[in-house]
Amino acid sequence: MFARYTAPAIAIAILATLVAVDGAAAQTVNQPPDTMAARVEACTPCHGNKGEGTSDVYFPRLAGKPAGYLYNQLLAFRSGRRKYPPMNYLLEFLPDPYLEAMAEYFASEHPPLPQPAPSEVSKDVLAQGELLATSGDAGRNIPACVSCHGPGLTGMQPGIPGLLGLRANYISAQLGGWRYGTRTAKSPDCMQLVAGHLTEADVTAVAAWLATRPAPANPAPVPKGTYALPFGCGSQPN
Amino acid sequence: MGSKLSITLLSIQLLALAAFTTAAAAQDKDKTGDIIARGEYLARAGDCTACHTAPEGRLFAGGRAMPTPFGTLYTSNVTPDPETGIGKWSADDFYKTMHNGRFPDGGLLYPAMPFASYTKVTRADSDAIFAYLRSIAPVNQKNKPHELRFPYDNRQLILGWRTLFFSEGEFKPDPKKSAEWNRGAYLVEGLGHCGMCHSPINALGGTSQSDAFKGGLIPMQNWYAPSLTSNREAGLGDWSIKDITDLLQTGVSMRGVVYGPMAEVVHNSLQYLNDEDTRAMAVYLKGIAEPSPPPAASSALSTTESSLLISLGKTVYDKNCASCHGTQGEGKPPHWPPLANNQSIEMQSAVNPIRMVLNGGYPPGTKGNPMPYGMPPFAGLLSDNEVAAVVSYIRTAWGNRGTPVSAREANELRSAPLN
Ligand code: HEC
Ligand code: HEC
Ligand code: HEC
Ligand code: HEC
Ligand code: HEC
Repeated sequence: MFARYTAPAIAIAILATLVAVDGAAAQTVNQPPDTMAARVEACTPCHGNKGEGTSDVYFPRLAGKPAGYLYNQLLAFRSGRRKYPPMNYLLEFLPDPYLEAMAEYFASEHPPLPQPAPSEVSKDVLAQGELLATSGDAGRNIPACVSCHGPGLTGMQPGIPGLLGLRANYISAQLGGWRYGTRTAKSPDCMQLVAGHLTEADVTAVAAWLATRPAPANPAPVPKGTYALPFGCGSQPN
Repeated sequence: MGSKLSITLLSIQLLALAAFTTAAAAQDKDKTGDIIARGEYLARAGDCTACHTAPEGRLFAGGRAMPTPFGTLYTSNVTPDPETGIGKWSADDFYKTMHNGRFPDGGLLYPAMPFASYTKVTRADSDAIFAYLRSIAPVNQKNKPHELRFPYDNRQLILGWRTLFFSEGEFKPDPKKSAEWNRGAYLVEGLGHCGMCHSPINALGGTSQSDAFKGGLIPMQNWYAPSLTSNREAGLGDWSIKDITDLLQTGVSMRGVVYGPMAEVVHNSLQYLNDEDTRAMAVYLKGIAEPSPPPAASSALSTTESSLLISLGKTVYDKNCASCHGTQGEGKPPHWPPLANNQSIEMQSAVNPIRMVLNGGYPPGTKGNPMPYGMPPFAGLLSDNEVAAVVSYIRTAWGNRGTPVSAREANELRSAPLN
């Protein structure tokens, strides 16, 4: 209820600030730069200056992911539904329009994808991972990951992230989060259905294979509605 | 003909009467509308939402967990739902809760509901808040039972607490002070319940009147709420009124910023207060602050240990902090706060600056500062020794008069809860 009143007011204030950024000439010297880059300096030690990720294998890349997806994650961290205490804490008192601006900022950055790391698992395991990702396993009700994350695994606007440029540890931790209910998305939570059907071995295999994928020529998420999903996802309005 | 005339007359009279009553009803409705709006404003000043709305929960439906040293309390549903909320309550019942900390049946409330402060609220303001709560959407949601350890699960124990720490009574203006000062006092001591955090909490979970606003460590949260009366802490005696109103309304100021539990207070409550009320609070807060002698320097560390720490601290500072806070601790206020001459890092208790370095933070997003700048957490980047070193450095450099801190103190706060 209050949020309804304050959100527009804050949105206007943010617009005003952004207009002021345009007229940056008027900036006072003794102020931090009036940019998003300066405002997200609290995030970059973990996510990289342009959201490219850091050497920590559990800290995800943010750059170039669909803004709608990133925004959904920020909302979930702010409310504590997705748990990572250092981020839950940072976001606690930030208003919706500001989280939206942060999501837009990282979505519009395009540092190159990292070189895929050599994999530590066997060829057989990688082959099993590839099969799951590209064809799924109809007998066990596992849809192919590409059926939602896209043939090039680059994701789709506005709510489906690409799966490239992530480390195997991070991917398995996220799939584990869905299986154990510590990560949830807007209902219907299609990823929970998918992850619920995966075994421990499936997770290892698919995470390992995804992490070996080289960068495609065009890593941008495809436009909304480019292909139909096998079933509905709350975070991807159709 | 005669009868025709009288009928017309009568209908004109009826029309007039109808017009009169609708006008009156409209006026009544306006009045009710005014009262509800005033009640909403006062509920903001009392920060009722912060406790009575759970994260992602419905407005005022309660269920928010409040960890205390005695166990976990869950806040109540205060929507007008007749079964699970306060739909069956009268304005008298509500006043009894606000003023006297009792349920309609006479049962005792836990003092986690700040009735020890709300007792100062006038009957008219209590009625307005009640009218507002009656106007919001009812939510049918049963209250979650509290999970308190024996013997605290026995409400009779509250009687003892009340005898020691509760004195019932509406706010009494001080005729020797200005109307503005008194308005500020009413808000700070009453609805604002600032004393609930800014007073030392003793082992019984109470704060005594004589210690009001003297500062204290908030149990369970491990944040230090500084004294509002001592200029050595958060006493605002030498702040300008504008710096105080900026801090309260926007969360940032030329002198310092809010963070942790105080960020919540500004975010959910203070940013909504109008300019007059904010100024009144500032006038009162400036008024109660008094100069106090610096405490005897009591560092647990030897001088050689301290000077080693401080020289390492300068290296850590220049590398990690100076880009925002300046080589001389001058910052770029209000967004990157100054650390030189910043009371909140010089206090005897070093809990807050240690936690800032470990956890970083953003001031709250407010109407006056919708896109605050943030500070990164250093917990993963600095060792206990480096944290202690940099905190020792900022507490003692540039004329600051704090004392060095040890690596053990830094280490202990790594496990402090983040929400
Ligand atoms: C202390 C390190 C740290 C800091 C600081 C930090 N993050 Fe994160 N962030 C993480 C980790 C770790 C995860 C993954 C958490 C998990 O396991 O679910 C994450 C996840 C995210 C995600 C979801 C990514 C995805 O693909 O699902 C977003 C978006 C995000 N962070 C944005 C931010 C923003 C914006 C800030 C600054 C306001 C920030 N983070 C600050 C460590 C950090
Ligand atoms: C029915 C559609 C669908 C299918 C099939 C699907 N996903 Fe997802 N996936 C999603 C959606 C939607 C999200 C975003 C959820 C959110 O908003 O948090 C997501 C998110 C993810 C994420 C989180 C990415 C990040 O940056 O944190 C991972 C990892 C993931 N999916 C892996 C997989 C794998 C592996 C498969 C195949 C085994 C798969 N997905 C199949 C729809 C799908
Ligand atoms: C610091 C947290 C906190 C704040 C702020 C707070 N409350 Fe409460 N409130 C509680 C708790 C905890 C209880 C439950 C007490 C108990 O069970 O003894 C409660 C109980 C109540 C009840 C009793 C309802 C019932 O049926 O149990 C009412 C009415 C109430 N609060 C109204 C308010 C109003 C109005 C405000 C703002 C002016 C407010 N509260 C602010 C914590 C808070
Ligand atoms: C939930 C606990 C809590 C409540 C309620 C609370 N405070 Fe605070 N306050 C804190 C903590 C913790 C700090 C230290 C962190 C900081 O400086 O922001 C603080 C700091 C402050 C400061 C010093 C800020 C600085 O930069 O030096 C002032 C002034 C202040 N509070 C005023 C108030 C007033 C006025 C109220 C009532 C309207 C209030 N507080 C209510 C917890 C609280
Ligand atoms: C990217 C800029 C940035 C960097 C780097 C940075 N800070 Fe901060 N600092 C801030 C901001 C912004 C705040 C206000 C945060 C808040 O209100 O939650 C702040 C607040 C503080 C405070 C509380 C000030 C007050 O008014 O009470 C302390 C203490 C502090 N920083 C110390 C440090 C130290 C020590 C370092 C280096 C280890 C550091 N900071 C690095 C931006 C920064």
